[in-house]
Amino acid sequence: MKPTVLVLRARPPERLDLSPLVPHRLAGQSAAGIEAIELQTTRHRICLGDAFHLRLGDVDRIRIEGDCDRLDRIGEQMTGGELMVEGDAGIGLGRRMSGGRLTVKGDVGPLAASGMRGGRIEIFGNAGDRLGGPLAGETAGMRGGMVVVRGNAGERIADRMRRGTIIVEGRAGPYAGSRMIAGTLIVRRRSGALPGYLMARGTIILGEGAEELSPTFVDCGIHDLLALRLLANFVAAQSRKAAASLRKRLRRLAGDMAALGHGELFIPEQE
Amino acid sequence: MPNLTVNGVRIDDTFAEAFGMRATAVIITAESARWARRAAETMTGFGTSVIGCGCETSIDRELKRTQTPDGRPGVRVLLFAVSTSELTHQLQTRVAQCVLTSPGSACYAGLDGEEPLKLGDALRYFGDGWQISKRFAGRRYWRVPVMDGEFVCEGTTGLTKQAVGGGNLLIMGRSPAATLLAAEAAVKAIHAVDDVIMPFPGGIVRSGSKVGSKYPKAKASTNDAYCPTLKGAVNTALEADIASVLEIVIDGLTSSAVAQAMRAGIAAVLKLGPRKGAVRIGAGNYGGKLGPHHYHLKELLP
Repeated sequence: MKPTVLVLRARPPERLDLSPLVPHRLAGQSAAGIEAIELQTTRHRICLGDAFHLRLGDVDRIRIEGDCDRLDRIGEQMTGGELMVEGDAGIGLGRRMSGGRLTVKGDVGPLAASGMRGGRIEIFGNAGDRLGGPLAGETAGMRGGMVVVRGNAGERIADRMRRGTIIVEGRAGPYAGSRMIAGTLIVRRRSGALPGYLMARGTIILGEGAEELSPTFVDCGIHDLLALRLLANFVAAQSRKAAASLRKRLRRLAGDMAALGHGELFIPEQE
Repeated sequence: MPNLTVNGVRIDDTFAEAFGMRATAVIITAESARWARRAAETMTGFGTSVIGCGCETSIDRELKRTQTPDGRPGVRVLLFAVSTSELTHQLQTRVAQCVLTSPGSACYAGLDGEEPLKLGDALRYFGDGWQISKRFAGRRYWRVPVMDGEFVCEGTTGLTKQAVGGGNLLIMGRSPAATLLAAEAAVKAIHAVDDVIMPFPGGIVRSGSKVGSKYPKAKASTNDAYCPTLKGAVNTALEADIASVLEIVIDGLTSSAVAQAMRAGIAAVLKLGPRKGAVRIGAGNYGGKLGPHHYHLKELLP
């Protein structure tokens, strides 16, 4: 059976909330029922049928065709199935997602994978700020699952991350892994200033180091750790490039000593 | 008792009687196969019989780099015990004292069993707060700082309740040397079978026992019917031409693995023949009333 396809008719006049468009919420609905789903974020009513042309197929596989940064909350609370975005996506992609596969061919806005619990997100373009981070007032960010960004990522990615793995094949902005609780963050290219800012626990691996390191991280020497080799074997299935940056001797920094200090930052030997 | 002869070797019309056991497995790796083996040999030391050692444990097989979770040479160890609590205790103390301590070692689950048994989840406390948990691909790994770096240990391993302990072969020959040669051939053949161990020294036990004793405190005593020096004095099971008996005890994760191992052992003894090796193969049982698993020798012939 062919996937369900949603083709964006034109750039919408306002931001749209696409959170209802997840496999488990569309299951059993008719085409007319799906077209009547309201997506507006202002008082001006916009149904799905107004914004998208719908080709109903298998709702376990949904494809959104439309290059638009106004498409917010795609894949929110998704529990399974597959969701593909052929273009850019807006804010909160895959927020609180617990299962399934979510793929974006373009760039995504801030707070992608926020509070994610499981499943896999792959972003072929760039990711915005606070990837895997919490919303204001939430105690934890990402809590499980796997995020792969083929491009670059913005500021404060993996903020308050608690579990799971984030791989960024490109660069990351400042404060990557800030306030991290646990989990694993791998940035293959150079990261912005002060990675691991106030992190408690967790692992950050920076393939090409960072613009500036916090003085509250303490040098624990250069090591070739088995745990990183094990991690590399796991990561290789997602990103061979990221795995390569784990398969070498790395300098281990413990911190952030301004917080609990049980976190760790790995940087290249010569940094 | 023997009523069948294959390749000149008499096969008893009898069966091995085995018992249900709880079992688990771990994979031990190290930077070299030598050190992986050394850790495993230490861990499986004094693990021949549940009667005196708490568990029966030995090396199942050696693993190549491509067969281990971390890409280093490794060894798979099986442990068998009579209860889950004893199995857990033996697993944790043996890994803690013998694997954690071994240079460059790491320890992983060797079985996806019905229930998890705590491995690293219990040993992590050695880290005194510096231990780090890493979870990926649905598995938890503990990293415990030690003096040569880190001890990596998977959080849990699997338990199986389908395991079988006490599969056995009695190998009888005209001399101790010939009997040992036949027993060694059987051990070598059984090593090629996966999911089984032979927990006694080199896979062979020379002091087979019977239940009970004339001394009230002893639960088991020497199997006099199979002692060649008592042939005339007791109700012996041995003919005049038999001067030595060796036993191979087999524990397996499944009943079919035990049967397969016994089949391989019998085939090796038969192949060697009576001139060089054994003249008779038997098996130990308790009349069939104690153990639920019966392995009839005539059904296991090659």
